[in-house]
Amino acid sequence: MSQLFAVLFDGFAYGMLLFLLSVGLSVTLGLMNFTNLAHGAFAMVGGYVTYSLVELAGWPFLATLPFAFLITAIIAAAFERFLFRRIYEAGELNQVLFTIGLVFAASAVAAYFFGTVHHSVDLPAYLTGFIEVGSVKLPAYRIFLVVVALVVTAIVVAGLEYTRFGAMVRASVDNQKVARGLGLNVNRIFALTFALGSGLAGLGGALAIDILSLDPSFGFHILVLVLIVVAVGGLGSIWGSFLAAACLGIFDVAGKYFIPELGAFLIYLFMVALLFIKPRGLFGRR
Amino acid sequence: MDPHLWLKRKGRISPYEVVFWPIVLILPFWLFPTYLSLSSQIAITALFCISLDLILGYAGIISLGHAAFFGIGAYAAGLLSAHGWGEPLSGLAFAAVVAAFAGWIVSFMIVRVQHLALLMITLGLGFLLVELANSLGSFTGGADGLQGIDTWKLLGVWKFSFWGKTAYAYSLAVLFILFLVCRRIVRSPFGLTLEAIRENPDRTTALGAPNRAHLQKIFTLSAGIAGIAGALLAQTTETVSLESLGFQRSAEIAIMLILGGTGRLYGAILGAIIFMVARDQLAGMNPQYWYFWIGLLLMIVVLFMPRGILGGLERLAALGRRR
Repeated sequence: MSQLFAVLFDGFAYGMLLFLLSVGLSVTLGLMNFTNLAHGAFAMVGGYVTYSLVELAGWPFLATLPFAFLITAIIAAAFERFLFRRIYEAGELNQVLFTIGLVFAASAVAAYFFGTVHHSVDLPAYLTGFIEVGSVKLPAYRIFLVVVALVVTAIVVAGLEYTRFGAMVRASVDNQKVARGLGLNVNRIFALTFALGSGLAGLGGALAIDILSLDPSFGFHILVLVLIVVAVGGLGSIWGSFLAAACLGIFDVAGKYFIPELGAFLIYLFMVALLFIKPRGLFGRR
Repeated sequence: MDPHLWLKRKGRISPYEVVFWPIVLILPFWLFPTYLSLSSQIAITALFCISLDLILGYAGIISLGHAAFFGIGAYAAGLLSAHGWGEPLSGLAFAAVVAAFAGWIVSFMIVRVQHLALLMITLGLGFLLVELANSLGSFTGGADGLQGIDTWKLLGVWKFSFWGKTAYAYSLAVLFILFLVCRRIVRSPFGLTLEAIRENPDRTTALGAPNRAHLQKIFTLSAGIAGIAGALLAQTTETVSLESLGFQRSAEIAIMLILGGTGRLYGAILGAIIFMVARDQLAGMNPQYWYFWIGLLLMIVVLFMPRGILGGLERLAALGRRR
């Protein structure tokens, strides 16, 4: 029983990591219909920022996290301003190929600077041990992950629901034409949302180092998981992404634990079946 | 203009075509005999690329998992041969039927979804198949690849030798015949309807075209041709690996197509030639750098030559004519 609980919690923590990695993509895809397969590459940037600061500059792990967010957001904003903006009208295929090209190039650049080996970071002592909750011993880092993800979710939801900017974003997602007609600068809203969303991916990438390990193919590895979360959850839906990420995390970890021979097979099967029945995902509006 | 006349003019054989095919026939045999095995790989890849062009370039269906059908064809032909029937032509036919059947089943899903869901379903089916082939290791050979394929003499006369003369002639002949078939299809009223559906599905519905049935037909056909390409690879290399099903192959083929130019068949062939030759020549390079240049090239093509190399050349030619 306690073992089952530990596995479920492990899966939930993994799911929360996936949520952090994908929530930005869900909002930006819903907003601009820009199929950004390079989202994972931005997560990788965050991972390498934290790795460099911790291992090469000797910073404490927690202090690097804001920078993983910020630096990724700035880089993403620059890409949006100078490159992505040119291909919003170019059609889905061109967007897919352009962003895949970016992932290829980014992984090569990462390999050039950091080598092709797997990297890890030294965590502070209070994040490495186990914490006993009732009769179950849970890894401290997973608890930390869940807490961070819940805090971020609260901030994102509150930001979208209760701020003026959040209202603008929701209006633009719901109906871009009318939003433009009412004088909202949808392009600028999008640029800002894109930077914030990519920043969250960067934060997710930094937090993922201990769980997924960091190497130049990181952007590819998580791409599929992130896309599953976004497609299943539904574009532009925070709660959809949250639910989809939690389910995916639990299914993945529990599946590998209890029925290892089927592995990822069930997840893909489930996704294909769900998208066949509900092409817009669980909570997608468009 | 009379539509029949227009179609006929569109289907006219251009002088470039008359020059192109003899060159690709003679060049590897005569000038580069050491590159014969690469040449047959290119011919196979070009065929696969054409099959993607049918659905992507003409019908506008984006697939990130087309290698699934390539792999199904490869495994079908490979398993048939490994179980004691190595006659190549009937193997091709068998692979085509199996892959086309799989494509027909999948086509029911494909025509109902769009955008991200379409990308994810094609991607997911591709991954699903890799996992399946991997877990059925006793049957498919799993990660070690399928062993024990023995391809018999072609038409009972020509042996598949180490030098790959038969392999190249065989692959090129199949490519040429299927190219002619595809060329005929895309220049038929059916092919034009596909392009119309790609451009404006609402209007074709209003005009009375059965959109879904048309898309299902071309998808099934494309899957069959991809299966034949896979079977050719299995027969000429006498092995099948899991890699033939994978995402990487699906992505690479899309890259070649966009590089050469979509919706023009020759774009698929040109893209395959350039990509494969470049990769062969740069094989000594660290694969990481190869991916850097591929990524950069993709971005440049999308930004500056959205219709690919052939599209760019066409535009240059049109500019020249106007002067």
